[in-house]
Amino acid sequence: MQDIVISILFEGLAYAMILFIVSVGLSITMGLMGFVNLAHGAFAMGGGYLVLTAMNSWGVPFFPALLLTFLVVGAVSVVFERLFYARLYKATELEQVLLTIGLAYMAIATYTYFYGPRPQSIHVPEYLTGQLAVASRTFPTYRVFVIAVGAALIAVLWYGFERTNIGARIRAAVDNRRMAQSIGINVDRLFTLTFAVGSGLAALGGGLAIELFGLTPSFAVIYLVFFLLVVAVGGLGSLKGTLVAAILLGVADTGGKYLYAGAGGFIIYAVAMLILLIRPAGLYGRE
Amino acid sequence: MAASDAIAAAAPAPAARAQATAFLATRHRLRPWEALPWLLAIAAFFIFPDRMLFGSQVLVMVLFALSLDLILGFAGIVSLGHAAFFGLGAYTAALITLRLNWQEPISGLFAAAAVAAVAGAASGWLLLRYRGLTLLVLTLATTIMLQEVGNLMRDFTGGYDGLPGLTYTPLLGLFDYDLFGHTYYLYALAVLFVLFLVVRTIVHSPFGQTLAGIRENVARMHAVGSPVHLRLVTVYTISAAIAGVAGALFTQTNTYVTLGVFDFDNSAGVMVMLILGGAGRLYGAFVGAVIYMVLQDNLSKASPQYWQFAVGLMLVLTVLFARRGLLGLLQDAGRLLTSGRKP
Repeated sequence: MQDIVISILFEGLAYAMILFIVSVGLSITMGLMGFVNLAHGAFAMGGGYLVLTAMNSWGVPFFPALLLTFLVVGAVSVVFERLFYARLYKATELEQVLLTIGLAYMAIATYTYFYGPRPQSIHVPEYLTGQLAVASRTFPTYRVFVIAVGAALIAVLWYGFERTNIGARIRAAVDNRRMAQSIGINVDRLFTLTFAVGSGLAALGGGLAIELFGLTPSFAVIYLVFFLLVVAVGGLGSLKGTLVAAILLGVADTGGKYLYAGAGGFIIYAVAMLILLIRPAGLYGRE
Repeated sequence: MAASDAIAAAAPAPAARAQATAFLATRHRLRPWEALPWLLAIAAFFIFPDRMLFGSQVLVMVLFALSLDLILGFAGIVSLGHAAFFGLGAYTAALITLRLNWQEPISGLFAAAAVAAVAGAASGWLLLRYRGLTLLVLTLATTIMLQEVGNLMRDFTGGYDGLPGLTYTPLLGLFDYDLFGHTYYLYALAVLFVLFLVVRTIVHSPFGQTLAGIRENVARMHAVGSPVHLRLVTVYTISAAIAGVAGALFTQTNTYVTLGVFDFDNSAGVMVMLILGGAGRLYGAFVGAVIYMVLQDNLSKASPQYWQFAVGLMLVLTVLFARRGLLGLLQDAGRLLTSGRKP
């Protein structure tokens, strides 16, 4: 029993880190502008394919490929933000939903055209495969690695968010956009910046996820549901909320799949819906 | 009649008041051009006699989009899970036939409407107090949960393999089904016509006016004492029932159903149809569904990716350049022509 609990917590945590890395940008940009971005999963999917191509076709090693995907997708996302998103800041939620579903569909179609619909995989470095022995137990090394990357990113993001000038400006704008603008904070510029970093992180998460889930173009829509759940449950614009929600849902989903093989897929939705029915603005969100 | 009072009160001059009154008094009347879609539908029956199975599918989607128009276009409820009710209706029609041996199709529609309405009332009561991202996520999650339940009970529902080979007794005991779907087409057209009249009556009623008020300004509707939540749940229930009928028609004309009806793509697809045609204008559902289905039929044959790309492109273009849909564009063009040189 104890073994199973540890396995669930461990695997759930690794899953949660992926959810967190991908979702955090979505949460902050939604908190900043209230922009419903259903194409966020497409940036994660595109990031995954960039890692795949860099490693399999260009012979780039794993870590540089991850850095590359963060930078390239982050930069490309700015083009999309300026071309499409910026036109719809003041539009209705419905129009934002439609535009971003449209972008996601076009992305899926494009990637299916070039890469085919079948799942693809990469070869991570030897030292990240296999098992890691810790106190009479073994853990899959790659998952340990994912948790470590997640922890490091949390530390960096926390520092950036809570201790730097830009972080303070973002928090101010999430709290009260008009007030922030009236004291001279350029919220549009801030949004572009967070959008780029958030999309880059999504791409990084997509790259890290290949080894765990495999990669297909439909990643953009299938996992989008989980990212949206994390953001909604955590509360818009909250770093802490996104982390707590990611861990909660990641562990609940893993636990469900371990304990009730048939009903596993069900549990993450049930937990998320229950939380949202009680706290519609999410755990750390503000109405 | 809070809305009409407000409009009348806002118009100070007697002339403007008379104009507003005249508008409200006549806007529900049938106009000659409203016969056009039905004449075209009947014409299609004679022009494409061998494509009537496809034709019935189009009519089913028109009905589905019409049900979405009721909540999205008129009441302003943005849901990513309308396929839930379509799916419930589809499975009700299939399960009563297969498990209860009930093969009469029209009563099957009623059963589907009832099941979908109950689900609509329950989920509406629970979910419609929320808005924004929370509502989007909750409607999306409900639909996926229904799909998961269907998969869990796969002995009963057939799971992702679906329930094939459904058979029905002749329509009204008189008309049997032919290979080309002629009976199905006329059956679907009749159901669509009846339900269209229902929807048209609803949106022009005082109740429909309340919905428009809620869509435009919730705070003000609360302020004038309108029971907002009850109104929203009511329209959500009606919309769910109609979507359920559309789902049941889908099952009956296909004689086949799978859990795919609960897919996100189905919820998104019906939204695309409605937006493409124009939401909140009744006939947008007709224009959008026909164009969507015909394009899908042609492009999917070439390659599913082309079709998916085209859907995405249509969405992006509609949002950026034709926010009121194709009918909105048509209206603007018409105004441009009648009013002369106005830009």
